[in-house]
Amino acid sequence: MNGAVVIVISVFTLAAALAAATLPNLMHAAFCLALALLGLASFFFLLGAEFVGLALVFIYIGAVAVLIVFTILLTRRDSKEHYGLNWSGVLIALAVFAGLTWAVLKTQSLSVVPPHIQALTVKQIGQTLMTGYVWPLQCVGLLLTAALIGALVLVMEERR
Amino acid sequence: MTPTLQAFLIVSAALFSVGLLAALSRRHAIFILIGIEMMLAAANLNFIAFWRFAPPPHPPTGVMIAIFSIAISAAEAAVGLAMVITVYRHYRTTNVDQYDQLKG
Repeated sequence: MNGAVVIVISVFTLAAALAAATLPNLMHAAFCLALALLGLASFFFLLGAEFVGLALVFIYIGAVAVLIVFTILLTRRDSKEHYGLNWSGVLIALAVFAGLTWAVLKTQSLSVVPPHIQALTVKQIGQTLMTGYVWPLQCVGLLLTAALIGALVLVMEERR
Repeated sequence: MTPTLQAFLIVSAALFSVGLLAALSRRHAIFILIGIEMMLAAANLNFIAFWRFAPPPHPPTGVMIAIFSIAISAAEAAVGLAMVITVYRHYRTTNVDQYDQLKG
């Protein structure tokens, strides 16, 4: 794990996230969100969680970002935002960031270097999912089914 | 120079704050959903970083929580965007300031 790589990836991710949060054009914002999530996935690769990084790329960039783009196209009438920023929100976000940074820097036990670990294989993840985490897995499957059916019911045309 | 856990936590805090900024300061409904997605992703980074920097032995708990959190945020995005489309059909706008029918 190299310090320069971490700095480059974090600058890329935060710049893309800031662009996604502030750009007035929705399409550009959705594209920047995909870029920010790509940066986040590279963080996961760097930290040794390759499976989660791949899942992030597939689910967020492959599904959620495309879903957001479809919603933008379906609500096209005002795809450009001209309402302006709400400055109290900016102040609250800055205050939250300052508080979190202060708390992180103040805690001495957090300044540790990564220990050497064995790589986490997909086989291990699958075995853990199927033994210790069976009930959460089933619940998530039920939740996803319910969410997809609920989304379909919500957007269905009402018959008169 | 190897980065410490604090570096990752600060990056995650910055990403969370940017998501909060998008959720609080924009008036467009889709921007609010983008902000919420960003905040969830920042929380995932925290889980993975704490898992990686924990002293051995290493049960993959942080990875599991991150996987479940990604699945739940996918469900949230599907329902949230469906709600945006439904509300847009009623009001013909995506400006959340104009969704004021329930305002007291």
